Amino acid sequence: MSAAEAKHAGINLGDSDRETHEKAGSEIFGFWIFLMSDAVIFALLFATYGVMLRGTAGGPSAADEYRILPAFIETLILLTSSFTFGMASVAMKHGRGLRTVLAWMVITLALGLGFLAMELRDFSTMIADGALPSRNGNLSSFFALVPLHGLHVAAGCLWLAVMLVQVPCFGLDKRVKINLLRLGLFWHFLDIVWIAIFSVVYLQGLIR
Amino acid sequence: MSDPNQGEKDDVRGYVAGYALALALTCAAFAVVRWPSFNRITTLAIVFTLGFAQAIVHFRYFLHITLAKSARDDLWLILFSVLIIVLMVSGSLVILMNLRARMM
Amino acid sequence: MNGAISPTILGRLEWLSLPFVRAWQNPTPDELIGAGAATIVVVGMAGTIALITALGKWRYLWRDWFTSVDHKKIGIMYVVLAFVMMSRAVVEGVLMRMQQATAINAPGIVEPDHFAQLFSTHGSIMIFFMAMPFLTGMINYVMPLQIGSRDVAFPLLNSISLWLTGGAAGLMMVSLVIGQFSTGGWSGYPPYTELEFSPDVGPDYWIWAVTLGSIGSTLSGLNFAVTIYKMRCAGMTMMRMPLFCWTTLCTSILMIFAMPPLTVATAMLALDRYLGFHFFTNDLGGNMMNYANLFWLFGHPEVYILILPAFGVYSEVVSTFSSKELYGYRSMVIATMSIAVMSFTVWLHHFFTMGQSASINAAFGIATMAIGVPTGVKIYDWIWTMFMGQVRFTVPMLYSLAFMMTFVLGGLTGIILAFPPLDYLVHNTLFLVAHFHNMLIPGLLYGMLAGYHYWFPKAFGFRLNEKWGQLAFGCWVVGFYLAFMPLYVLGAAGMARRTAEIFEPAFRPWLYVAGIGALILLAALVALFVQLWVSIREREANRVDAGDPWDGRGLEWSIAGPPPEYNFAVLPTVSGGDPFYTSKRNGDAYLPPERYENIEVPKNSVVGPLLGVFSAATGFALVWHMWWLAILGMLAIIITVIARSFIRDTHRIVSATEVERVDLAWRDKLFASRSISREMETTSANQGFAEVAA
Repeated sequence: MSAAEAKHAGINLGDSDRETHEKAGSEIFGFWIFLMSDAVIFALLFATYGVMLRGTAGGPSAADEYRILPAFIETLILLTSSFTFGMASVAMKHGRGLRTVLAWMVITLALGLGFLAMELRDFSTMIADGALPSRNGNLSSFFALVPLHGLHVAAGCLWLAVMLVQVPCFGLDKRVKINLLRLGLFWHFLDIVWIAIFSVVYLQGLIR
Repeated sequence: MSDPNQGEKDDVRGYVAGYALALALTCAAFAVVRWPSFNRITTLAIVFTLGFAQAIVHFRYFLHITLAKSARDDLWLILFSVLIIVLMVSGSLVILMNLRARMM
Repeated sequence: MNGAISPTILGRLEWLSLPFVRAWQNPTPDELIGAGAATIVVVGMAGTIALITALGKWRYLWRDWFTSVDHKKIGIMYVVLAFVMMSRAVVEGVLMRMQQATAINAPGIVEPDHFAQLFSTHGSIMIFFMAMPFLTGMINYVMPLQIGSRDVAFPLLNSISLWLTGGAAGLMMVSLVIGQFSTGGWSGYPPYTELEFSPDVGPDYWIWAVTLGSIGSTLSGLNFAVTIYKMRCAGMTMMRMPLFCWTTLCTSILMIFAMPPLTVATAMLALDRYLGFHFFTNDLGGNMMNYANLFWLFGHPEVYILILPAFGVYSEVVSTFSSKELYGYRSMVIATMSIAVMSFTVWLHHFFTMGQSASINAAFGIATMAIGVPTGVKIYDWIWTMFMGQVRFTVPMLYSLAFMMTFVLGGLTGIILAFPPLDYLVHNTLFLVAHFHNMLIPGLLYGMLAGYHYWFPKAFGFRLNEKWGQLAFGCWVVGFYLAFMPLYVLGAAGMARRTAEIFEPAFRPWLYVAGIGALILLAALVALFVQLWVSIREREANRVDAGDPWDGRGLEWSIAGPPPEYNFAVLPTVSGGDPFYTSKRNGDAYLPPERYENIEVPKNSVVGPLLGVFSAATGFALVWHMWWLAILGMLAIIITVIARSFIRDTHRIVSATEVERVDLAWRDKLFASRSISREMETTSANQGFAEVAA
């Protein structure tokens, strides 16, 4: 098998790093499986959200609290961070030097943290308005679904921070490369979950 | 690979194309809701269709899931996951909506 | 003596949380049984610790077992865990039968609340901490050997899965000594398990034990699936894999997709209980039916997670002990795959009576009946495999035969339950209890025990005692029929399940018979332990370290028993199904390799045990509201994972000379062994070298 042949979907290291490329096959596939398992968790939370849309028990519904502008900006931030992470992967694949890789990673991390900050502000406004998860089932299902995505983004940010230490520490060795590939999948996957969130949760709630 | 930089240019171009497409779809989805011009159901259908299209764009350009042979394992995995997710989500919604309808 | 001891440090722990204190204050038989169980746990733990210390085995255990990432050792530890937990759960089952036999118009031996704990722990343990570890251990040990691999795809993750499961099982055991367990059954239905009706710690123990266990199982499933996809040896195409590997693959896929719904359900219940959410509460827009829906989205595929590996074992056993190729291999594969997919389409039959419309019930009823078809195909395939074969009635084969007959009976009652109108009549009665025991005892326990007898010589290099094995088998079968057939009658007569006291004297004879059956099942368990003891004592007479005691068919029999840690001195290449059996017939088995090479194996790691301890501590802290410990535990988990990612020195090399030395030593032993015919395989003449008829 020639090394250039792609081993897995996504950025392949075939041209630039033979050895890691060979190893990456099962590591990446394993991570895909994890993501799909995680996708089931999100899917069921979406289903629950759908089931509990009308479970407002006379109180406020989550949808009363949605505002289109913050949701739109959050979407743009996350989408852009997906793009910047992609640039980091490309830089790593083609041996663009640590500095370039690190720069793109720092930008991605900053965008991730910005997203989290905006999301937290949304939640605190909701809570200040009395739209608490303990108010009714509808709000419970909102506060299980959207913050779980936020928690994933936070985990992604922590992972990015760890990689920001490891890249200078170890250089782009085999494990660092595979980890960056996996983190990339994770980050893009979270963006796809967010598509579902802004379509099903925010935009559906905002249609008048 | 004759030109080592060619691969990199192609990769960058892929991400830029994906980013542009995703941006366009996102803006379209938010625009139909921000400036309502259809009835509720149509708008919802448009939003969901645009979201679905954007998910495919992300899979294609950011996660590189294509019909190429190397991505076949992952593609099967994703399609199987989609099947299971559709079964679970649609089943849950049908069952519980039906219960709600019968109780109200 | 009332009230929390120290709310900041010990959360809501009170003196009265300890069964000893309760029994001291109020020495009723019920409290004494509780305190007795707690004593057994404490004394058992202390005794084990003292024994290990006295023998000076701590270092050995830590180095060779606890921190090991070798799939074979992890597999064995899983099975040990399964046996320990099975012992507790069988005793609980017997206690329940004794209670019902004595509680006819009388209070019986335990209080209703205690009885409820018994059926909750019995069910939870049997599913999550007996069945799951048993099959995970069996897969761990056997599957990599069968596909010609040196380990699973992610050895460290494997160790983490084991220790998460172990930590969860630890929580179950702790619940006997500190506080009490849930009274809400193994399925933990709200709103009963909500704070409003169960304010005590019981449901919390259940939530965290089950959550940890299910995360461990998800990771195991992921690991096995990647191993099968990516680590097969040269020439081992999917359609050449032993059937056990196929059932493993399907079970893994089910674990990957069916454990998350359970995690979602338990996490939502936890949010309700800890943060006042309203997912499943009676009031404020809660929807308790969603819990039933989510739980059985997991629960039904779970049934097939449990049964498929046993199907795999039977396929191996029946084929080996009939000296025939498995009949209808392709149909078996297709049937296994269909079962795996269809298992996601039938979950509603667990709650036909919830109130949805008749047409929905009908759709799921039809799907449920359809899933019986591929299972029927399998039964025919096994029968045809035996037909005209050289059948030997060894212990694994006896279990397989008992399975085929018993399982078909259970399947027939399943068809009854699959009719929604009939289900309305017998739901929540002992008929259902009889049905699922009738599926799971042959469909899981017999299979795992068959596998245990079949592969034990591979794992330890000596055979298990045949006589005690037959005795245990007899008790498991007779005990099963006596204990559970009466429950069909009682269920059809309307006796509700989970009843602590019975007011219908006509039920008495049936309950007595069931009670006797339970005692015979207890005897079966004891016989298993005696068998192990006897077998270890007379191990020298039953050595089969050449590695092939049964004239085996798969690659696992082509190496020494027990195999070296890297399994294969040189990775095999295969050119067809049943590779080892064929190459024995072609005369090219045991060919010495042309040369030996260095082998890279993963180093031991403390990460698994650490994560197990930290997550169990976190779970315990959450149960008792010891917030400081919960936060500390979670931080410790995160720090451990990050710290591990900085360790680069994770592998070591076994040198080619060492590999050669071990391999040649085994070959010397092999060729010094006398080859034996199949008639002698259960005698001490069997040294693990099969005679091949010309």
